[in-house]
Amino acid sequence: MLTKEEQHEIDEAIRIVPYKQAACIEALKIVQEHRRWISDESLADIAQYMEMSTAALDSVATFYNLIFRKPVGRHVILLCDSISCYVLGYEKLSAYIKQNLKIEYGGTSSDGRFTLLPNPCLGTCDHGPALMIDNDLYRDVTVEQLDNIFNKYE
Amino acid sequence: MLRPLTSHIREDRRPLSLKEYEKLGGYEAVRKVFKSMTPQAVQQLVKDSNLRGRGGAGFSTGLKWSFVPLDAPQPKYLICNADEMEPGTFKDRLLLESAPHQLIEGMILAAFAIQADTSYVFLRWAYKDAAKAIIHAIHEASDAGYLGDNILGTDFSLHMHLHTGVGRYICGEETALLNSLEGKRATPRSKPPFPQVSGLFGKPTIVNNVETLSCLPHIVNYGADWFQKLSRTGDAGTKIYGVSGKVKRPGLWELPMGVTLRELLEDYAGGMWDGHTFRGALPGGASTDFLVEQHLDVKMDYGSVAAAGSRLGTGTVIVLDDKTSVVGFVKNLIHFFAQESCGFCTPCREGLPWIEKILHALENERGQRGDLKILEQHTRLLGPGNTFCALAPGAMEPLQSALKYFRKDFEQYIAAYATPCRSGLMNR
Ligand SMILES: Cc1cc2nc3c(=O)[nH]c(=O)nc-3n(C[C@H](O)[C@H](O)[C@H](O)COP(=O)(O)O)c2cc1C
Ligand code: SF4
Ligand code: FES
Repeated sequence: MLTKEEQHEIDEAIRIVPYKQAACIEALKIVQEHRRWISDESLADIAQYMEMSTAALDSVATFYNLIFRKPVGRHVILLCDSISCYVLGYEKLSAYIKQNLKIEYGGTSSDGRFTLLPNPCLGTCDHGPALMIDNDLYRDVTVEQLDNIFNKYE
Repeated sequence: MLRPLTSHIREDRRPLSLKEYEKLGGYEAVRKVFKSMTPQAVQQLVKDSNLRGRGGAGFSTGLKWSFVPLDAPQPKYLICNADEMEPGTFKDRLLLESAPHQLIEGMILAAFAIQADTSYVFLRWAYKDAAKAIIHAIHEASDAGYLGDNILGTDFSLHMHLHTGVGRYICGEETALLNSLEGKRATPRSKPPFPQVSGLFGKPTIVNNVETLSCLPHIVNYGADWFQKLSRTGDAGTKIYGVSGKVKRPGLWELPMGVTLRELLEDYAGGMWDGHTFRGALPGGASTDFLVEQHLDVKMDYGSVAAAGSRLGTGTVIVLDDKTSVVGFVKNLIHFFAQESCGFCTPCREGLPWIEKILHALENERGQRGDLKILEQHTRLLGPGNTFCALAPGAMEPLQSALKYFRKDFEQYIAAYATPCRSGLMNR
């Protein structure tokens, strides 16, 4: 069941498009905002609300990089792995993060704190290497800064 | 030097409020157009200004608009493409975060020119500050009567909404963007029909880039001639150029269209890091051909960069230095394109991962005889005309030019010339 709050937010999104299904990406985003990821149950709830089949909605959900169909940790690290950050050595960051949090790309640390994902260019290439944690952008990141950055997140 | 798009942007990049923007002459262009111009006249003005799309393709903006049937019943749509996900590109972010009212004013002008009554800003997910700035500016503009029903007492109405994407590079391709806005998988559409005739929800639609739209208030205020004269060359206006890579002062600068690559790299970006030398650069994002030493004096406008065998693209330069592996550089690009391919057509879906595999093998010194030939074949098989959209041909641009200019860098990894070749494709 979608909560009243989720339903209300989805209704707002439906209001600005000509038919319900057009707002289904918005609906996925809204529910993910509340529940961190889209479980099969959430997917079915949204599909019912949007009057779509779960298969149709899943085909949309699985297309997009940032709709999570698997559980993620309390915080998601999006590490830019694109060209300018490659030139500036993002691979040092990824090696350090993987080793220290003991995870691979797509994995979640055993304490459930962080999920690590590679992400295409974050649009701040003059200040690479760059990463985002949840909604926060970090630029010109060095390996030495990583522990302090991570300490801000419970 | 005139910098109409960015001179009012604050050092700390905080966006101007509506009041501040109005004080600098903001929304005067909207008033002028409503008072004294027809949609056709706005289209003609923009055609005369020679404004070309800043999203990468460089198509004439006025000409693009002229394909919209003005008398078609509402709704019609004006969409701002703010999906900026081209690797190495970070120019629209500045305009979105710091000059949201300039963009909204440009969108009102474009919507008026094609008589659209609904508009969306399609913004990439990662631009959180931009989202806040745009939402706030839309509210301010609506409260002041610049958006909504009967704008400034005229019979023209425009409603504007923000849509934030959920991450797929292909959403930037304009017909894929339309599918995404309709709540579908973002696969490109076949053309014709062109979006100008049948676009979003089957209605006439124009998609324009952030920087393109941000030029419009200035063209309306100061005229087509003035806009042309901003440039040093035949392509009009200023351009927001950027440089990233191992240069001393990476960044963004609004400059006259047609500054040379050398000026950008040396005068603005401050030259290479100490101990590093320039080997080449992608002039306008990941999907453009390399320019090298011999091209340093090429003017960075559409025509000149094309004559040098590449494309101006987004105008954000990515620099390759002598301490970075060419094969690794190209592999990084191909990895991106392979991952972001929408998977709709076979050459792109199958070809890109194949190329990535070969580059990976080369990088690990496991290259085989014939590998370069296979790579070269792919640059043709995935080239223009063989795929459904421009993603795959774009991906081939850095590869084909790297094979041309940096061939030795590839060959050095093919150690075992005696080993059998990788595939039968070789013999075709
Ligand atoms: C794979 C692909 C990605 C694109 N991404 C963007 C983008 O992020 N932003 C953009 O403005 N144009 C992008 N484009 C170009 C658009 O399709 C379209 O040409 C542009 O938005 C038109 O606006 P303009 O005429 O103002 O340049 C992309 C094209 C392709 C093929
Ligand atoms: S070229 Fe690639 S991205 Fe474009 S339609 Fe084909 S598979 Fe999709
Ligand atoms: S390449 Fe990393 S932010 Fe653009």
